[in-house]
Amino acid sequence: MSENNEPRHSAEPDPDRIPAPQPPKSQSAAPQPPKSHATAADTAANIETPDEDDAAYVTSLDTAGGAMQPSAVPVSAQSGSLPGAPEEESLMRKIFTGNGIVTILAVLLALILGGLLIAMTDKVVGTTAGYLFARPTDFLTAVWSAATGSYVALFQGAVFNPRGTGAAGQFAPLMETLTIATPLITAGLGVALAFRAGLFNIGAQGQIIMAGILAAWVGFALDLPVGLHLLLVLLAGIIGGAVWGGIVGVLKARTGAHEVIVTIMFNYIALYLLRYLLDTDLFQRPGESTPISPILDASALYPLLFGSQYRLHIGFLLAVAATVFVSWLLNRSTLGFEFRAVGANPKAALTAGINVSRATILVMTIAGGLAGLAGVAQVAGTEKVLTDGVAATYGFDAITVALLGRSSPWGTFAAGLLFGAFRAGAVQMQIQTGTPIDIVLVVQSLIVLFIAAPPLVRAIFGLNPRKKKAAPAVKSQQAAATGGAA
Amino acid sequence: MSTTATPPVPGKPVQPQPVPTLADKNRKHTVSAKPVTWKLPVTLLVLAVVAFIFFGVLGPQSTAKFGVSSGGDFFQLPAIEVPAFLSGIVLSVAMLGLAGYAMFLKTKNARPPRWVPALFTVLFVVAFLIWVVGGARTPSISLAGLIAGSVTLAVPIVFGSLSGVLCERAGVVNIAIEGQLLGGAFTAALVASLTHNPYLGLLAAAVAGALVSMVLALFSIKYVVNQIIVGVVLNVLVSGLTGFLFSTVMQSDPEKYNSPGELPIIEIPVLSGIPVIGSILFKQSVVGYLMYVAVAVIWVALFKTKWGLRVRAVGEHPQAADTLGIKVNATRFWNVTLGGAVAGIGGSFFTLVAIDSFTKEISGGRGFIALAAMILGRWNPIGAFFAALLFGFADNLQSIVTIIGTPVPSQFMAMLPYVVTVFAVAGLVGRSRPPAADGIPYVKG
Repeated sequence: MSENNEPRHSAEPDPDRIPAPQPPKSQSAAPQPPKSHATAADTAANIETPDEDDAAYVTSLDTAGGAMQPSAVPVSAQSGSLPGAPEEESLMRKIFTGNGIVTILAVLLALILGGLLIAMTDKVVGTTAGYLFARPTDFLTAVWSAATGSYVALFQGAVFNPRGTGAAGQFAPLMETLTIATPLITAGLGVALAFRAGLFNIGAQGQIIMAGILAAWVGFALDLPVGLHLLLVLLAGIIGGAVWGGIVGVLKARTGAHEVIVTIMFNYIALYLLRYLLDTDLFQRPGESTPISPILDASALYPLLFGSQYRLHIGFLLAVAATVFVSWLLNRSTLGFEFRAVGANPKAALTAGINVSRATILVMTIAGGLAGLAGVAQVAGTEKVLTDGVAATYGFDAITVALLGRSSPWGTFAAGLLFGAFRAGAVQMQIQTGTPIDIVLVVQSLIVLFIAAPPLVRAIFGLNPRKKKAAPAVKSQQAAATGGAA
Repeated sequence: MSTTATPPVPGKPVQPQPVPTLADKNRKHTVSAKPVTWKLPVTLLVLAVVAFIFFGVLGPQSTAKFGVSSGGDFFQLPAIEVPAFLSGIVLSVAMLGLAGYAMFLKTKNARPPRWVPALFTVLFVVAFLIWVVGGARTPSISLAGLIAGSVTLAVPIVFGSLSGVLCERAGVVNIAIEGQLLGGAFTAALVASLTHNPYLGLLAAAVAGALVSMVLALFSIKYVVNQIIVGVVLNVLVSGLTGFLFSTVMQSDPEKYNSPGELPIIEIPVLSGIPVIGSILFKQSVVGYLMYVAVAVIWVALFKTKWGLRVRAVGEHPQAADTLGIKVNATRFWNVTLGGAVAGIGGSFFTLVAIDSFTKEISGGRGFIALAAMILGRWNPIGAFFAALLFGFADNLQSIVTIIGTPVPSQFMAMLPYVVTVFAVAGLVGRSRPPAADGIPYVKG
């Protein structure tokens, strides 16, 4: 292939660049021996050299080098990022204006704004601001120490605590982070999967609750042998979430009801159902007046990963497995292709012979099942009982997790870890510095806002590329984040 | 469609030329472009059967008593006493009749007129109310109190849904109503406490709501970020911000920062003494009166003025509006901002009228209910108003029911509005549709 690629780097225009199956007469001027060979090889070369012409490259991917009819969904809409840079830019500039750097800058910007908010409400900062002009250094020191003090406490509560006893104590925060990240990751995957099919699954909260109800009931009411019991708990939870999500899918597919409204309503219905059940003899712990269920049987609980000193349970491994599964489903399976096709353009997908109703119902069912996994992690792993706070705010956080992860499975995984760290660290931060946990909500939402608007972040850091490219960049990013859900 | 010019297409049967007859002309009024579906008749039938079984056949054998007058009225009416079982049967049979009528119309391929679902809803609510009260330990409630309470609870929902109407009619989906309400509630409490003037708090609430909205507008219009994403994230942001400032600022000195004082209830003499409607129309706070004004003004402005025509054009077909010289994105920006201000005023109701201090998450998900009310009300201010009243009614009934003690668990009462919304979105409002360009950003060129 190398001899075929060689002339591409020369200055003269290459006649073979024009679409592959060419009648030979158009190239009579160029003295290029074995003509028929060259066209076939060139088709292949087109696939392998993405730096040439983006449009041509994408088209060739779509049509498998001209062998197929063009697909309903352009490659660009499926992955959200075009291979190769759209124009000649320096490497440094590419790095600094790329997606990765925007994500990092967005996190940084959100942390800075959060720090300013902490500093603004800090008492020492307030008193030093009183004599700002007499001794400005006092003020600046106070601002710095207020903000960094909170963040250091956050880090120590989330990743590594140097004051811990021994390595076990020092890494305890990290284990806590992973524990909290577990439901965030699985529920986030559910939201992300639905995003990719163009659906807004705001209902992870309700799906977690329904999964929690079923899993907890199987866990404390049934008496089954070890192994089978946990398996049934897991199954019950997944079914609970899947059914709750699936109903939304059916309503959307059959009646056209908007899934955002339906999922929001289903969250409340699930919550009140849970509150009702915790009031009945079936679920309330005997002799308790507060709405709390009995503790799940030992045989129904997730085994702990690193012994009883940490809360971390095998739910985390299941979350990793779920990420692998979603990654395979989306990128390697026919069903995942259908989901993405429906997400990119439902009408085109319908024309191409994809059963859009079926895809809608299936994707909501699977998304609900994934959120259900989070519910199981809560009742069978972390909490061990069912209360009306079983879902905490995991279902809503899952939306931001999926958005931050740009709806890609591993991105969601990473975002889940980050938000898990925020959650775990915030508790420690509140204890140590008195900064309210709510600051985490502010930072989280700011991160997602900034990531959703890369031009804003670039403008703030003065990294905007030439003006005319800004608009298309926004579009492709949006498509990537939501799979075209609008 | 003149057949004289076009020769018959080969392979296609030649359609007989339709001759317009009198029958066709008559049918034109009832048959619309879309085929009539079974959705509405079936939904009505299911609900009517449910009503017949539960409210009728299995209904309580007692007498439900509804007090009409309250102590302050200038003339007293006797309480209405209804035999629960009989009225349950009568009302549910009427509902079955309505469902049958809808089915009959469907077989003739005609759409049931709009009063059918509306009357059905009223009958259902009345039957439900009689059933609930009749089955209670003390089968007696004050109808006046029930309605007045419903209106009170509906106030923030009405403002929220008006905000939604303003935004979505211009083509921007507003999921951030919850955030606007919460922002308004917080700012109202803070400013009213600092200035010792609840009216300034009211003003500040409008400004705060508008600011939240401006972020929504900025991100969704300038940066073309998906509107639902921005809305969802804004709710989290406002919840975090107000929670953080509540813990750090307000908690540090509640006397100074979180004692806003209440907006006075302005009573219009004589008129406020009319039974039932007196207290809901003529005995309200400024926010309450503003609600009625806002509904009327926004309805007139949207449907009877040039401005409203432009807004709706932007929401339906931005390209066409742009071609005619309407600044699409500017219209959207200011509409969204105005919507935020309206929702902000609604938010002030929590801290200036209902409870005289701010607490975390004081709006408690009413922004989402407002969203549902807007859809149930078909993107129309008046429709949204009545839908919001329905939600306020359910909310109020839930607390009353726990007091008088009914067989229905209060959690199911609380669940009711959400179930109704799902039904409505899936079945009853099948005909309604959002503005065509709702949620689609407009990029020129």
